[in-house]
Amino acid sequence: MDLDLVTSILAIATFAGASLVLATIGEIFTERVGILNLGVEGMMIMGAVTGFAAAYRTNNVWFGVLIAGIVGGLMALVHAFATITLRADQIVSGLAITLLGTGLASFLGQILGPDGGALVGLTGPKFTKWPIPGLSSLPLVGEGLFNQDPIVYSLFVVVPVSWFFLYKTRPGLYLRAVGESASTSDAVGVDVFRRRYGYTVLGGVMAGIAGSHLSLSYTPGWTENLTGGRGWIVIALVIFATWNPARAVVGAWLFGGVNAIQFRLQAEGTNLPSSILNMSPYILTIVVLVLITRTDKLRQTIGAPAGLGIPYYREERG
Amino acid sequence: MTTTQPGTQHQLVVEMRDITKKFPGVIANEDVTLEVRRGEIHALLGENGAGKSTLMSVLCGLYQPDGGSLHLALHQDELHQIVLRSPRHAIHAGIGMVYQHFKLIPTFSVAENVLLGAEDTPTVLDLKQAGARIKEIGERFGLPVNPEAKVWQLSVGEQQRVEILKQLYRGASLLILDEPTAVLTPQESDALGETMHSLAASGVSIVFISHKLDEVIAYADRVTVLRDGKTAATVDVVDVTKADLARLMVGRDVLFSVEKADADLGADALVLDHVTALGDRSVTAVNDISLTVRGGEILGIAGVAGNGQKELVEVMTGLRTPTAGSITVRGNDLTGKSAIDFIRGGVAHVPADRLGQGLAGNLPLTDNVILKSFRSEPISRRSFLNKKAIHELSTRLIAAFNVLPGNPDAPASGLSGGNQQKLILAREIDATDRLAVGDEPAVLVAVYPTRGLDVGAIEIVRDALLNQRAIGAAVVMVSEDLDELRTLSDRIAVLHGGEVMGIVDPKTTSKDDLGLLMAGERLS
Repeated sequence: MDLDLVTSILAIATFAGASLVLATIGEIFTERVGILNLGVEGMMIMGAVTGFAAAYRTNNVWFGVLIAGIVGGLMALVHAFATITLRADQIVSGLAITLLGTGLASFLGQILGPDGGALVGLTGPKFTKWPIPGLSSLPLVGEGLFNQDPIVYSLFVVVPVSWFFLYKTRPGLYLRAVGESASTSDAVGVDVFRRRYGYTVLGGVMAGIAGSHLSLSYTPGWTENLTGGRGWIVIALVIFATWNPARAVVGAWLFGGVNAIQFRLQAEGTNLPSSILNMSPYILTIVVLVLITRTDKLRQTIGAPAGLGIPYYREERG
Repeated sequence: MTTTQPGTQHQLVVEMRDITKKFPGVIANEDVTLEVRRGEIHALLGENGAGKSTLMSVLCGLYQPDGGSLHLALHQDELHQIVLRSPRHAIHAGIGMVYQHFKLIPTFSVAENVLLGAEDTPTVLDLKQAGARIKEIGERFGLPVNPEAKVWQLSVGEQQRVEILKQLYRGASLLILDEPTAVLTPQESDALGETMHSLAASGVSIVFISHKLDEVIAYADRVTVLRDGKTAATVDVVDVTKADLARLMVGRDVLFSVEKADADLGADALVLDHVTALGDRSVTAVNDISLTVRGGEILGIAGVAGNGQKELVEVMTGLRTPTAGSITVRGNDLTGKSAIDFIRGGVAHVPADRLGQGLAGNLPLTDNVILKSFRSEPISRRSFLNKKAIHELSTRLIAAFNVLPGNPDAPASGLSGGNQQKLILAREIDATDRLAVGDEPAVLVAVYPTRGLDVGAIEIVRDALLNQRAIGAAVVMVSEDLDELRTLSDRIAVLHGGEVMGIVDPKTTSKDDLGLLMAGERLS
C-alpha cells in the first residue's frame, strides 16, 4: 500500500476525530456520574455556530472557543436542572436539548452575521496548523500527530489526564461511585447533586468546544447541519469506549478514519454512489453497537454505570 | 457477658434524648431516648414500623429530628450536644452505619470501596498503601478480606465484613448494624456475633437493629425496645427472657408456636423432573432439580438469597423456560409453556417483589384484584369488563383479608407492605379457589411471603398458607426465615448454588444442620 496514502488517511482521521474525542470524553464524564445527555448533537452545533460567530466578530479564534464552551455548558445546565433537580426523564430532556440546539443554531446562523445578516458563506478566522519542527516530518505518524491545530494538540493532555482523573484520583473515584450508586455515595458523604451538576455541565462545555473545532478548523465557516449527526456518533462512541476515555480515542480514530477513506474515495472517483459513502460512518456505528451488545462477557464486566439514567431522591421514605 | 474496659464501664458514648421525627401523616419517633455505653453491644429491637430505622437515620445524619437532642462522646471523653447536619458530618463524628442492603459498589474493588468513604483519602489514590492498611485493620479486628477483590465476587458474609472494615478504616468508634443477620446463614451469623464481641472488647460500641428475639439474646449486652415510635424499655439482656422482650415489642403476649394439623397428603400436584435453567446472565442457576409437591403439604424452600430461588420459582410459574428436564402440573406436562398456561393449569404465584411483580402500583385495588380473573366470567364478558362484578369481588376480598385502608378505588402503591401482601394473597388464593376442581389440588407458590411484614400481618399470611394446605392445595414457600420454614413446612428443600442439597423433615432437622446445607455441605 502507498505510504503517502496511509500517512494522509492517518492525518485526516486524527483531524476529523478530534471533535469526536473531545465530545465523547465529555459525555463519558456525564454518563459516569449517572446522567445520560442525548443533547450532545444540540450542544455541539450550538458550540459550532456561536463559536464561529464570536470568532468572526472579534477576529479571535480562542474567544470563539471560549464562547462555544460557555454555550455548551449552559445548555447542559438546562439538562442538569431538568433531570437532577426536577427529575425529568433524561432521554426526553436530552432529545429536547438536541432539537432546541439544532433549531436555534439554524436561526442564529441567519442573524449573527454582520448587520444582523447570515453567517453562511462568510470566511472568518480559523485555526492554523502548528507543525512541530522535526516531529512533523516523521514518516507515517508525523503528519497525523505533529502537524495539527492546537485543539488537536490539547487532546495529548486531555485524554491521559481524563483517564488518570477517572481511575487514579479521589474525585474520579467519587465521580464513578455517584454513577454506580447515588444512594451509596450519599451515605458515605459524597455530594451527589453537586457532582451530577458539575460533570453534566463539564460534558456540555466539552461538547461545545468540540463543535467549535468543526466551525473554526475542520470545515471552517458555518453551514446548516454542520455537525452532521456527529453528536449521535458520540453517544455510540461512549458505549464503544465502554465509558473509558482512553478507548474513546480508538473509536474516534476508527470513525475519523472511515470518514477520511470515504472522502479519499470520493475525491479519486469511484463507482460507489456518494450517498453510500456518506452513510458509511453511521453504518459502522450500528455495526459496532450490535457487536458490542452481543458480546455477553464484555457487557457483564464493563457494562454501563449501574445508576445511569436513574434520578436520585433524598429524605424520602422508601 | 458484658465486655467493657476497666474504668470505662457505663461511660456513655451516645445519648439521644427525646428524639421526635415526623413524616407527613406519621410520627415515626416520639420522645425516643437511647443511651449507648462505650464497648457495649446494644440491640435496638422493634417491629417493622416501630421507628428503628428512622431513629438510626437520625443518628447517622440522614434525617434531621423535629425535636430532642443528640449528645456524643466518641472522639472526646465528655458527652457534648451535637447537631448532625449530614451523613458526612456523622461519619466525621465517629459514627459508622452498616446498612442491611450493603452500600458497596459491586464493580469496585474492596480497597476502592473502603477509600470511597474515608476521610483522609489523598487526591491521588494510593491503592497499595490503602490495601496494606485494610489488611492491618482486618487482622487487628479479625476481619480478613482481600483488598484487591472486586466486591461482586465476594460472598454476602464477606461483603458485610467489607462494610464493617470500611467504617473502622475511617475511624468509626460507634457501629450501627441494620438487621445484620437478615442476609446471613446461621453459621455466618454466629461468626458475626464473634466479630461484634471482639470489636466491643477493643472499645468499639455497637448498636444492632433487629426484630429477631433470639439473636438479641445471643449477641447483645443491653437492649432498647421500640414500640409504635416510642421507647418501650431499655434493659440488660441477662435480666429478661424471650417472652419478656416479645411482650415489650408487641405490647401483648405472643405465641411462638403455630397450630398445625398433620398433613393430609393428596395427589402429586407439581412435579419437577431433572430441571435445569439458566439465570439472567446465562449461567446455570437451577441445576438438575427434581421435586414433587403433593396436595395438602407445604414444601419450604430454604437457602441464602441468590442461590437459585428466583429462577426456580420462575420455572415453577412458567416465567422462565428450563433448558432441560420437565415440569408437570396436575398431570399435565407444561414444559416450555408460558405463564398463562401455568395459570390456567392451576399455579398461583405470590411473588417476592410485591410492587414490581405482584401489583401494578398506580392502578386501583379493583384492577389489581382482577389481574388474573379478568379473562373469565363474570368479571368480563366478550372483552367488556363488568364493573359491578369487579366491585363485588374486590369488596369481598378486601374484607376477607382485612386490607387496610380498604378503599377499592385507591391506588395499590398507597398500601403498606403488609396490606400489599394481603391484597396479592387475596387475589392468588381466589385464583387457586377457582382452579381447585374436585380432587385436583391447585399449586400456590409463595416467595418470601412474610418478608418485611409486622407480626399482625405475618399471622394473617401464615394462617392463609396453612388454610390452603388444609383445603388440599400444594404450597411451595420460599423463605429466608428458618424459624418460619421450620414451623410451617412439612418438608424443607435446601438450595445451594442452584442445586437441592437435601430435602429434610423440619421436625427432625436442627437449625444448624439447615445452616450447613445452606452453606453447601451435604449432611452425612
